Amino acid sequence: MSTFPAIRFNVNGEDREVRVAPMKRLLDVLREDLGLTGSKEGCGEGECGSCSVRMNGELVNSCLVPVLQAEGASVQTVEGLAAAGKMHPLQEAFLQCGGAQCGICTPGMLMAATQLLSVNAHPTMTEIREGLAGNLCRCTGFTRIFESVIAATAKNREERIEEPAHAR
Amino acid sequence: MLCLNPHAIEAGQTMNTSEKTRIVGAPVLRKEGVQKLLGQALYVDDISREGMIHGATVRSTIPRGLIRSIHYDERIDWDAFTVVTAADIPGKNHIQLIFADQPCLADGVVNHCDEAIVLLAHADKHKLREAMAAVRIEYEALPAVFTIEESERREQIVWGTDNLLKSFLLEKGDVDTVWANAAHVVEGEYRTGAQEHLYIENNGMIAEWSEAEGVTVWGSLQCPYYVHKSLLAVFDLPENKVRVIQTETGGAFGGKEDFPSTLAAHAALLAMKSGKPVKMVYDRMEDLAATTKRHPSRIRHRTALDKNGKLLAMDIDLATDGGAYSTLSSTVLSRATLHSPGPYVCPNVRIRSHAWATNTVPYGAFRGFGAPQGIFAIECHMDEIAVALNMDPVELRRGNFLHDGDTTATEQVMREPVILDQLLERALKESDFYAKREHYARENASSAVKRGMGLAAFYHGAGFTGSGERYLNSIAGLDVTPQGKVRVLVANTEFGQGTNTILSQIAAEAIGIGYEDVEMAPADTRVVPNSGPTVASRTSMVVGKLIERAGLQLVAWLREESGLEERYSASEFFAACARYGAAHGEVVSLCRYEAPPNIYWDDKTYRGEAYPAYAWSIHVAQVAVDTNTYSVQVEDFWAVQEVGRILNPILAGGQIEGGIAQAIGYALYEKVILQDGHMVNNQMTNYIMPTAEDVPPIHIFFEEIPFQHGGFGAKGIGELPHDGPAPAILNAIRDATGVGYHAIPLMPEDIFAHFIAHEINVETVSA
Amino acid sequence: MRGNPDAHELIAPGNLDSVLELLAKEPSEWTPIAGGTEIMVAHAAGRLGAKKLVSLWGIDELRFIKEKEASITIGAGATFRDLRAHPGIGVKLPLLAMAASWIGCIANQSRATLGGNLVNGSPAADSSPALLVYDAEIELASVRGRRRIPYSAFHTGYKRNAMLPDELLFAVHLPLRFAEQRHYLRKVGTRRAMAISKVALAATAWLEDGLIREVRLGAASLAPFPMRLVETEVALLGRALNAESIQLACAALQKEAKPIDDIRSTGAYRKRVAINLLTEFLTALATEGQGR
Repeated sequence: MSTFPAIRFNVNGEDREVRVAPMKRLLDVLREDLGLTGSKEGCGEGECGSCSVRMNGELVNSCLVPVLQAEGASVQTVEGLAAAGKMHPLQEAFLQCGGAQCGICTPGMLMAATQLLSVNAHPTMTEIREGLAGNLCRCTGFTRIFESVIAATAKNREERIEEPAHAR
Repeated sequence: MLCLNPHAIEAGQTMNTSEKTRIVGAPVLRKEGVQKLLGQALYVDDISREGMIHGATVRSTIPRGLIRSIHYDERIDWDAFTVVTAADIPGKNHIQLIFADQPCLADGVVNHCDEAIVLLAHADKHKLREAMAAVRIEYEALPAVFTIEESERREQIVWGTDNLLKSFLLEKGDVDTVWANAAHVVEGEYRTGAQEHLYIENNGMIAEWSEAEGVTVWGSLQCPYYVHKSLLAVFDLPENKVRVIQTETGGAFGGKEDFPSTLAAHAALLAMKSGKPVKMVYDRMEDLAATTKRHPSRIRHRTALDKNGKLLAMDIDLATDGGAYSTLSSTVLSRATLHSPGPYVCPNVRIRSHAWATNTVPYGAFRGFGAPQGIFAIECHMDEIAVALNMDPVELRRGNFLHDGDTTATEQVMREPVILDQLLERALKESDFYAKREHYARENASSAVKRGMGLAAFYHGAGFTGSGERYLNSIAGLDVTPQGKVRVLVANTEFGQGTNTILSQIAAEAIGIGYEDVEMAPADTRVVPNSGPTVASRTSMVVGKLIERAGLQLVAWLREESGLEERYSASEFFAACARYGAAHGEVVSLCRYEAPPNIYWDDKTYRGEAYPAYAWSIHVAQVAVDTNTYSVQVEDFWAVQEVGRILNPILAGGQIEGGIAQAIGYALYEKVILQDGHMVNNQMTNYIMPTAEDVPPIHIFFEEIPFQHGGFGAKGIGELPHDGPAPAILNAIRDATGVGYHAIPLMPEDIFAHFIAHEINVETVSA
Repeated sequence: MRGNPDAHELIAPGNLDSVLELLAKEPSEWTPIAGGTEIMVAHAAGRLGAKKLVSLWGIDELRFIKEKEASITIGAGATFRDLRAHPGIGVKLPLLAMAASWIGCIANQSRATLGGNLVNGSPAADSSPALLVYDAEIELASVRGRRRIPYSAFHTGYKRNAMLPDELLFAVHLPLRFAEQRHYLRKVGTRRAMAISKVALAATAWLEDGLIREVRLGAASLAPFPMRLVETEVALLGRALNAESIQLACAALQKEAKPIDDIRSTGAYRKRVAINLLTEFLTALATEGQGR
């Protein structure tokens, strides 16, 4: 087995280093090498969004990122949403409003919703639909996911969603 | 937190149950919700076992033929691989379901593409692809059958002696005396396509084997005891040597009812041969190509009516494509048969139904289980009749609705209240049906986008068909842990629909403790009794009732034996449990299924109480048909339903909305394309499900009539919403364009083909 | 995951010159990968033939959008998010901004690059119809220097293009002389989002004294590669816009379009929808009189 050079990046605020094939998918590195199994594989072709993470403040499908391209990046996964034992307002809203059913699309959906609210604190329904269009959910019919996002923005009006420092 | 959920409020307002409850009916939070939201819930692919290796499947590349030889190319170091074929099976080479015709691994003959022949395992999963390509299988191809029509012709016999997986004949009155004197006779043929479940989590399983413990599997599945039963046969082991544990399951919809038995056996065979834990997780392409789908159907209606539009006779010929093995085709056919006459009264009914074998991947369970096919046909046909009789389709339906005291096609008397008229009124009012229909009729003339309104009325029978629940003979209950929690003991699984939450609510309500005082026992066959499969919209009604009874039974025992007072707090309850436990060694309250009284069913004549209870619904769809692109957008959707008591308004609403979205996909987007029996669009890019931008606003309204034999009054809910959207949408398209389409999926290319064939000259109007 | 990461080499030299040197030294050996939205799909499906890949991601020299008075130049490494976020593109090249917003979803747009979309060369490429009607020019780079070719000459066949083995797509130049013209773009897919177009049509036109002085039509999925509908344009040029000329244009398109049947749609459907879209555009143009 050849030894690979180190690839370093930051995940959820922590500096990490892996020595893996540079064509290994970021998704597999997160799940297999870093033990972060929150991000899921639904299709392996960037269609379902279950593997969505944020990389340098942008939403990406981690199944389509060769890990070498994450070198030096800040990556945020679902595991990095809750802070200090407190759920992120979106997580709280999804729980309250029934935005998660089987839960398999939920981590990616939360990352897409986080991305949406980070660039648009009060999205319209059309903007919510567009922001989540790359994340397929087979259980909810999306209705309660939309309601969850709206509920989180309502809370946002009072508290403002605080962007964790490492998410940029 | 403020939750902007208007539907929960609507549900509350229509509550008309007399029974006051604290927890049942409340929007309590999903039991396992926090784990899922934190990304901590463990699905099968998130789990690793010490020393685990990875398995893969070599599948047939032809639809039908004899296996002449299996050649392992020398370029691979096969010593590094575990290789399993049918010869390695210690017990019976079949997947035990209703029948035992489906092999676990093909032995000498293949009957469909992508049938499993050889299993491989290796520590490095990336080594598997090359090895799979190096297994060369030589076949002697046999002619294959791909359609219902080819199977019916019986030129090739591909299953049994006649290609017929199952048939039913249901007769009420005498249809043949009616035709001659009827004012109207209307005929129609309706077709539905296959549909993929497209759960976002693919099928996956981990297996271990040891001499001492036997077989243990962990996986994504609906029915632990189905898998258990199948493994017993494949490994020829006693019951205590097979253990099945469900992992968090990322969607199922019926797609993890029968198939996991096959995958569990495969993983376990590799585990036994390698002596190591083996993980098999399909990728999307394999899952789409090799696992079950919804049965395609062809349904012909011939209907006699009097001059006022009253139904006189219904003659229904129903055929399904079952695929290469029988799997669940017989019971799917049964439910399709029983739902095909729709929610109408008709004195003379004949239904002839057949499930045919073809050389495709076996079709299996999928939400609705035959009912969506049957209801698609009758509800499109009702609009066809309305056109023929020049009647309003709403009034045609209203004039024929079932009411309390009427009998169905199986001569089941409707003893519970039937409120279809009320549901219809509500649906018409909430959707502003008539005003919109008139408005669009005026606007359409001058627009390239044609809008229309369509409606469907239907019931869905809750629980197993006929005597099914008696055969299941389910047992479920509760125990109390040393840590002071009540545990729900069921083999019924959570896969998003809310089993954990509603059964915990029922237990808490029955006992009189808090929701937080209840937890779920793991869905592990070593821990929980066989409370039956998690299918058929039976969990709330049947298993819920068992849990309700088990709770009440426990309280009664504690009052009798352990000094529990008439009124008690949670801590007094658990103190009484401790006293009871000290006396008896454990605190376990189990209940066995008891059929509601006066239930009679004859499996031979298909007469009697087909279902203990029915859920009722009216769907209304508003569509826009773009005559430039021939594409249909569902713009708005209304669903009014009576499903008994609503146990949890958030979960109930989520079931309805999710089912409607899935059924919109069934109607307009999702097409399984087979070439020589192999699915060629086996990718999410090419098998198109609706996205967040495609699903319309969905407005849901519940009426509640508690059913006394269901858990706190619940009937079934999960499958109902899949039944109505397809016909409601096609009826709306007819309203918009004047064209009655008779087949789904209805793709833009189909609408285009019809426009061209009929030279429909649409005035193209500038934007 | 059917591909084996160990079976592929991936390097990231980090600057343009190093990439060009690599391509010059071992032409055809190296496959550039930018946002990975095509290559990684092939990788997961186990059908990525390329053994040696060179990453363009993070090379700032390729990721830029420069606006001048008469043109906008877009670096091949600009993502579709970059395009959507650029105010000049939204105002002066609205069809391109619109096309960018229809690509996949947000997560695809944050990674997929304009250069990648063109080099991949799908007949259904979302950005192509707009680039065709905007008279885009492609700038290719190699160690030998730079050269420009019209985008309409870039695609030469199904998944083939005019690039030489040592060349890299460097930038796309767009002249800004269409702001006064009538614009049209429509993409037809099976669903609203995450759709691969079954047919798409872009158009710009300029009418003067009731006559069609300029018209450009760009289409996706009507041929083995995205193309200008030159014969259809010719049928319209210099004519008055009326029912007769619209009829002529549709007849020309009927001949010129050569779509195929595939897993996603049928050739007949594609052709008819293209004609309907053309009619929709021209009818709107006629109704609005002096379309500017």
